[in-house]
Amino acid sequence: MGERTHKTGQEKPESAGKAVATRDAYGEALLELGRKRSDVVVLDADLSGSTKTGKFAKAFPERFFNLGVSEQDMIGTASGLSLAGKLPFASTFAVFETGRAWEQIRQTVCYSNLNVKLVATHSGVTVGEDGASHQAIEDVALMRVLHNMTVIVPADGNETRQVIHAIAEHYGPVYVRLGRSKVPQVMPDDYTFRIGKAYPFHIGKDANIIAMGIMVSAALDASEMLKENGIDAGVVNMSTVKPLDTEILLKAVEACGILVTAEEHSVTGGLGGAVSEFLAENHPAKVLRTGIRDDFGCSGTPRELLKLYGLTAEDIAKTIREALF
Amino acid sequence: MKAAVDKPDVSLLKEKARQLRVEILKMLAEAKSGHTGGSLSSADIVAALFFYKMRHKPNDPKWSKRDRFILSKGHAAPVLYAALALSGYFDPSLLKTLRKIGSPLQGHPCSTKLPGVEISTGSLGQGLSIANGIALGLKLDGSGSRVYCLLGDGETQEGQVWEAAMTAAHYKLDNLCAFIDNNGLQIDGHCCDVMHIEPIVNKWEAFGWNVIDIDGHNMKAVVGALNDAETVKGKPTMIVARTVKGKGVSFFEGKVEYHGLAPSSEELEMALKELGK
Repeated sequence: MGERTHKTGQEKPESAGKAVATRDAYGEALLELGRKRSDVVVLDADLSGSTKTGKFAKAFPERFFNLGVSEQDMIGTASGLSLAGKLPFASTFAVFETGRAWEQIRQTVCYSNLNVKLVATHSGVTVGEDGASHQAIEDVALMRVLHNMTVIVPADGNETRQVIHAIAEHYGPVYVRLGRSKVPQVMPDDYTFRIGKAYPFHIGKDANIIAMGIMVSAALDASEMLKENGIDAGVVNMSTVKPLDTEILLKAVEACGILVTAEEHSVTGGLGGAVSEFLAENHPAKVLRTGIRDDFGCSGTPRELLKLYGLTAEDIAKTIREALF
Repeated sequence: MKAAVDKPDVSLLKEKARQLRVEILKMLAEAKSGHTGGSLSSADIVAALFFYKMRHKPNDPKWSKRDRFILSKGHAAPVLYAALALSGYFDPSLLKTLRKIGSPLQGHPCSTKLPGVEISTGSLGQGLSIANGIALGLKLDGSGSRVYCLLGDGETQEGQVWEAAMTAAHYKLDNLCAFIDNNGLQIDGHCCDVMHIEPIVNKWEAFGWNVIDIDGHNMKAVVGALNDAETVKGKPTMIVARTVKGKGVSFFEGKVEYHGLAPSSEELEMALKELGK
């Protein structure tokens, strides 16, 4: 994932183009939070260097707990810490956090409605060379189905930082999906994240792209490309996948005939699934889901993988062109 | 408040265990389903905890200085409900609603529905990790509260139990004391036939725990082990309680079929007679 080359079509943030991995922003935000609140504790399962919780560990060793390679135990221990009045952040790779420990998250964290924050890194195919075993493309689906769970997928470093502070002030289980690779800043400098509030860059008259995570950047590029074809495609950053911002969604669908969802995730059960479920019941409309279709990832560079799985700006633009003409 | 007292009144605790068994059988017969064997086998342990060792306030379930009890073997919910009711957390008449629609007494404990239940359990293998987390949190706060956790023996076939076993020893959680209700039976039969769990004591010792091996129906031994556990520094304690499934009712004792079977009304009548009520 390189620097942004296309204009967003909106007022660009001053620091646009500054690329930072959301996991790095998480590491910094945890440090800030740790300084601010003494009840914050952090858990990791032997991946603190990669998830960037290692920074917190270094600054606050007495409030950091490495559980070793044991994700299920990590979730249980985080739950216990929350019962003792702490604010636990538990981190590992998305595939292990949501997959290996799913039943612990269901039974202990969600059923008992505990104030546990699950912040996973290395989501999607942009994990890269490690291949399918390490590329979570099902995690949003796995978390979204759980009662009491809030699911957030930040688009860039700026949003990630805000998300971490926002969820610290919110009671209840939260899953935050972060990535390994650098992503350009896409959110405006004056943007304020609020749980459950999507950010519309603009609402298009011909099509609207509902995107999450790194796909927001691709969606903005796609919107720019489509302008050259005389197509007005709007972009909405649906960073909170659960609860979905249905107000914005209705606005987007009422403004045009075509909605396209964009996610670095399986089109089943993730953002495309969530949007389709809502619209099917409330405002039947054509929804075109871009994302990974019934497949596993594989090894390659992030850039190669995005291309291979149809997750580029080109792919989104092509989907819209084909739908309109 | 049920304050921990220096000298346990063993005969009173035995009477409490008998009362727990009576309530367990009555509520299960009324519910017509539930786990009889493993509730009865852990009654003496739970009596010693709730009526002797644990500091807790039934009228203030979230009292910050309380000791915590995690029922990792959540299917033994009846013994927990009976202990909560007899402690005064709620009116014992509520026990009749066990497993019924709208009742806070769910088939397996639910912390959001019933005050006094620290955490929802029922899916085996998760309680010890939770107990560890509480113990870590209490240590961070410099709290003197202790954490108790009750596991089933079949439950230790879950891998997470051993992850948690490592964690408790690694973090030197001497404010944690766990029990294994070693009644030797699980749903499909004898543990030794389904999946060997012995040698239990050696395993937990090898994982870095202080292990106390006792007769789980000898009240003096149970309270003695609880008191000994409190004096151990730098290690968590596992009390391996050798018990009999269905203990207290002759025709349930050692019967694998009563793992998940409730007494009929005739069986209840005979059982209560045996228990002297």
